[in-house]
Amino acid sequence: MRSISIRSKESEQSAILLGDDPEINVDIDGLSFSYKGADSDKNVLSDISLNIHGAQLVSILGPNGVGKSTFIHCLNKILDPTGGCVRINGTNVQDVSIKDLAKVMGYVPYTSTDNFPLSVTDTVLMGRHPHSKWGSLDDDLRIVHEMLQLIGIEDLAERNFNELSAGQHQKVMLARGLAQEPRILFLDEPTSNLDVRFQLEITRMLKRLSRQKNMLVIMISHDINIAAKYSDNIIMLHGGGIYALGKPQDVITPDNIRHVYEVGADVIMDRGRPHLILIDDDDTDYDDDHEYYVVEKVAVG
Amino acid sequence: MSENLHSDSLVERYHHLTMRKLLVLVVSVIGVIIVVGLFSVSAYDNISLMEAYRIIWDHIMGVEYEPRTTEWWADRFIWNTVMPRIVAAIVAGASLAAAGALMQALMNNPLADPYSTGISSGACFGAIVALVLGLTITSTSGQSGMIVNAFVGAMIPVGVVILISKRMPLSPAALILVGTALSYFFSSMVTYLLVITDADTLQNAYIWQVGTLDTIVWSSIPMMVVVTAVGSAFVMLLTRQLNVLSLGDANAKTLGLDVEKFRVVCLIVMAIMTASIVCFTGTIGFLGLVAPHLVRILVGSDNKFVVPISMAVGSFILVLADYIAMTISDVPVGVVMSIIGSPIFFLLILWQKKGYGTVY
Ligand SMILES: Nc1ncnc2c1ncn2[C@@H]1O[C@H](COP(=O)(O)OP(=O)(O)OP(=O)(O)O)[C@@H](O)[C@H]1O
Ligand SMILES: [Mg+2]
Repeated sequence: MRSISIRSKESEQSAILLGDDPEINVDIDGLSFSYKGADSDKNVLSDISLNIHGAQLVSILGPNGVGKSTFIHCLNKILDPTGGCVRINGTNVQDVSIKDLAKVMGYVPYTSTDNFPLSVTDTVLMGRHPHSKWGSLDDDLRIVHEMLQLIGIEDLAERNFNELSAGQHQKVMLARGLAQEPRILFLDEPTSNLDVRFQLEITRMLKRLSRQKNMLVIMISHDINIAAKYSDNIIMLHGGGIYALGKPQDVITPDNIRHVYEVGADVIMDRGRPHLILIDDDDTDYDDDHEYYVVEKVAVG
Repeated sequence: MSENLHSDSLVERYHHLTMRKLLVLVVSVIGVIIVVGLFSVSAYDNISLMEAYRIIWDHIMGVEYEPRTTEWWADRFIWNTVMPRIVAAIVAGASLAAAGALMQALMNNPLADPYSTGISSGACFGAIVALVLGLTITSTSGQSGMIVNAFVGAMIPVGVVILISKRMPLSPAALILVGTALSYFFSSMVTYLLVITDADTLQNAYIWQVGTLDTIVWSSIPMMVVVTAVGSAFVMLLTRQLNVLSLGDANAKTLGLDVEKFRVVCLIVMAIMTASIVCFTGTIGFLGLVAPHLVRILVGSDNKFVVPISMAVGSFILVLADYIAMTISDVPVGVVMSIIGSPIFFLLILWQKKGYGTVY
């Protein structure tokens, strides 16, 4: 049963985070966060409570700067919430060491530093770090290879990370996140640099993996249609809190889009999923002189 | 089935690349051995290169010669004049290179070196207070007082950086900036002391600042060796974590590395390693920055290889530079290294920028 809801229920503490527990239950209770500094009294996130139950694909939507990345960073302990707490199957993540957390949670960021670039294989191998022991290198490399195949970038295995295109970068980071074999995977705009084919393929794969590997996948997205097409549930952030959440057809509505993104939109239903068509309210007509603006191929020789 | 074959070939390729990297290590070690031979021949002219190796080997094996034979003299000369500085060069080169690689990885910054947190200027300050004012912590004058002063001086700026970063988490860039600020403070104090002193002291102080192995004696060696051995073993154990750190702090955290704690522990180790070299040799520059880069150009950025190979390359560079420094006499090794090393480094950067190398 895959669900998502505003109410949270107290459940009793368990010592080991997830372990072999087939169920995943993420409880976010009164989560608040503010960055230290100038506006430290102003919360980026205030009092967010929500419960995510079951292995599923959840998308987080919202305009630039609303706090999507911050929200995810609060869930995976990159940042410490200034208020409230996050519990996974009853265990407060604050009580779990960073090392133990990394065995359960993976993270695919939207940028990565490459001051000291490694090869693609070595970069993906980093994903095995939380699990690796002495002598596990060959097994880890096999998992790396499996993930490279899954994402379709085996041919990049021996290339250097800093010599790749933006989309190839993103695929490598994804492979790394998957190599970590987490039970909960967070992704920050994982398809923003991918071409149309891979936007579909990768998002579909994330959904498939959520079923096959019994993994909760939470991704931030600016592509509302991709999110609507594949997500089991959607969280829409606005003004430091949750503006809407639930099934795609309940969240992706013209009213919600207009209120949160401040753009006009029509929503049509396509194969049972909402599909957004943006409307530009500005009606200035630039189409005055088609003959004048030309881009054309020139024959050489 | 075919999928398994494929993945075995990836595993195989990976190990094959490892072999190639080890080649650089072996070449540097052979380089060190050759220079050690040349060094020994220069200490006692009447022997050939092969005899020099045999005499060193015999000494290590505990063979005693008939007194006042050629071998006996050669052995005494080699062991008492050049061997302390050879060992010091090998150990200091390895230690500074390892500390440099560690620092660059810790700060995630290719411009970092062992002195980025102000170790060199702190050490200089300590040494020059002893040299100019005759004030020492141990209140003994001469070499030993200066060594202790330099060691303590080196630890002060790092201590401050560590104390600050324990109270509030600082980004690597902020850590380096704090170190730089402290550096400027100590450097200006040093400058002041040098302005008010006489010419002889000034020359000694300058030589100390560029680094020299002329003053190394056997009694300096044990501490250098022990700290370097323990420190570099520690760094070797952490190379996987250093790789994870190169992905950036946030990524490293989500891969299970407690970034802040890790950085503090490593800074302490790095400081002790560097201080225990610098207090004997003076602030030898260039090596800690350049050796890890040279190695990255040759073998890539995996710290599993960068750290040990940098140590070998660092030893080779320093022992070679010291050999040249000694043969042309009166030039401190730090100067030789920079004069010869910088153009080579410069060319290597251009060479790999042209696309022959693939690292940066
Ligand atoms: N390190 C920081 N220090 C101070 N303020 C920050 C910091 N990082 C982000 N913010 C602020 O917090 C708010 C939320 O930022 P966040 O990165 O979470 O937005 P986002 O929803 O991920 O936006 P985007 O869609 O552009 O990625 C923004 O107003 C941003 O300016
Ligand atoms: Mg963001």
